[in-house]
Amino acid sequence: MPDTIPTDSVGLVSPETLHIEAPITLDCGRSLPRYDLVYETYGKLNKHASNAILICHALSGDHHAAGYHSMNDKKPGWWDSAIGPGKTIDTNQFYVVSVNNLGGCKGSTGPTSINPETNKPYGPDFPFVTVSDWVKSQALLADHLGIQQWAAVVGGSLGGMQAMQWAISLPERLRHVLIIAAAPKLSAQNIAFNEVARTAIKSDPEFHDGHYVEHNTLPRQGLGLARMLGHITYLSDEAMHEKFGRELRNDTIKYGYDIEFQIESYLRYQSESFVEHFDANTYLLMTKALDYFDPAQEFDHDLAKTVASIQAKCLVISFTSDWRFAPARSQEIVNALLHENKDVIYAEIEAHQGHDAFLMPIPRYQEIFKTYMQRVAVDCGAL
Amino acid sequence: MSLRLDLQVISDWIPDGARVLDLGCGDGMLLHHLQQRHITGYGLEIDNRKFADCIDAGVNVIQADLDQGLSQFMDQSFDFVILSQTLQAIKRPDFLLAEIARVGKQGIIGFPNFGHWQCRLQLALGGHMPVSKTLSNDWFNTPNIHLCTVQDFEKLCDDKNISILNRSIVNHAHKDTLGTKLLPNLFGQIALYQIKKFT
Repeated sequence: MPDTIPTDSVGLVSPETLHIEAPITLDCGRSLPRYDLVYETYGKLNKHASNAILICHALSGDHHAAGYHSMNDKKPGWWDSAIGPGKTIDTNQFYVVSVNNLGGCKGSTGPTSINPETNKPYGPDFPFVTVSDWVKSQALLADHLGIQQWAAVVGGSLGGMQAMQWAISLPERLRHVLIIAAAPKLSAQNIAFNEVARTAIKSDPEFHDGHYVEHNTLPRQGLGLARMLGHITYLSDEAMHEKFGRELRNDTIKYGYDIEFQIESYLRYQSESFVEHFDANTYLLMTKALDYFDPAQEFDHDLAKTVASIQAKCLVISFTSDWRFAPARSQEIVNALLHENKDVIYAEIEAHQGHDAFLMPIPRYQEIFKTYMQRVAVDCGAL
Repeated sequence: MSLRLDLQVISDWIPDGARVLDLGCGDGMLLHHLQQRHITGYGLEIDNRKFADCIDAGVNVIQADLDQGLSQFMDQSFDFVILSQTLQAIKRPDFLLAEIARVGKQGIIGFPNFGHWQCRLQLALGGHMPVSKTLSNDWFNTPNIHLCTVQDFEKLCDDKNISILNRSIVNHAHKDTLGTKLLPNLFGQIALYQIKKFT
């Protein structure tokens, strides 16, 4: 809980909802008759509507990227380190828009929403959504806000993939794209981890084939396990060692299966708090959206051809200790862009924090990111 | 802002509107300077400490290790590939030279000449590894692991079927003197070559 709001915070914010009454046909072939998108905005849209930045969230993220919802909040939004007055994405210059993806569980239409055809929550019947579907749906939000062209679309991890998809699908609607800690598609190992996570959720007896809400329960064990596994892949060996080492909770080994090591305690705490505020069906959907992401599929699996349509200038950033989406994966994107003679800058940041590094205020990362955002500001007339 | 002297010579060799790849571009000064003449392209740099300067200058900089080659670039995809004062720090200069000739229609390569008389004297009479203005490190901490002379470089080009279109061999002040003209391998401190794959 902040006693006072820090001066470099966007302060108290409240989400807004856009009701879209037109149906959307999704990549999976199914459609939604109408849907909601919940979003937050920080800063002011300028007269020419040229200073808007779209923030794309990662797997378990949401629209609450910066600031506080109330003075009772323990933590600010998930990317508060980067968004705010004077920060990397400077809300004195930019109008920042952050949306909860379709299929999410924080207000945008998703598995926990009421299916108008049955008047019951969609649950496991919610259609599969893809990264392209998010771009398509969020373009309508841009229309609603009067934004013809984003000054930049920015995202890390799955959000970075979404940013990339924006640049490919709607090239004229963004001037810059920032693709951070991402990959052009998942590797077999990435998909394998997702499958273990899904198996954990689906094999929880409380899962009830996804109909846990009707049974007044939650697959806490399964979703918790999925989250634990995820967490391990977000951190590096070194970061875990530095944070926890082999430290014990109590002084001695007890020869039992209760929590003994600090890392066990941490993982259990992370999973327990996660299961209370994240929907298991959404988790399943988001992991599938990740697995399916492969924009090159439509272009004979040729990534260079895939990015040929991009008009935006690109900044690609990776982190040395990220083994979930290692620097080599970002380089695949960069090489495709180079092949097509696109404007691209690529930096590999020395960081020990693993995949999660993209959320951390690492000085070199911030310096490069902020300098780039200054270039965006000049380019879009925000300065 | 005035350009480093060797970069000025390089700049003079590149025509307006060319497409260039600057290997080891540092703070992006050369590319920034070239942009004013509508010369575009990329800079490669292994160390991201000066990336903010590159971004500020509007230079497209890519973090890359030159020891890994240039496999991300297609044959003859740049008008010029530039390697200034970096050849001697490369693990396999011969491989990189071949890569430059593959990717660039022409290459521009600059390096400190180890055949300069002061280097020879320090080794021959002083009995120690040469240290000079252009080569200021001690033998044990120098990044310059593959020093060569003008003669060595020209022989390597010959072996690799690379023709030399132009060369500028000057003293440390980037002036040519009677000595650098008559006996470049003995009196030249900085060598700059414009090369092309012999076809």
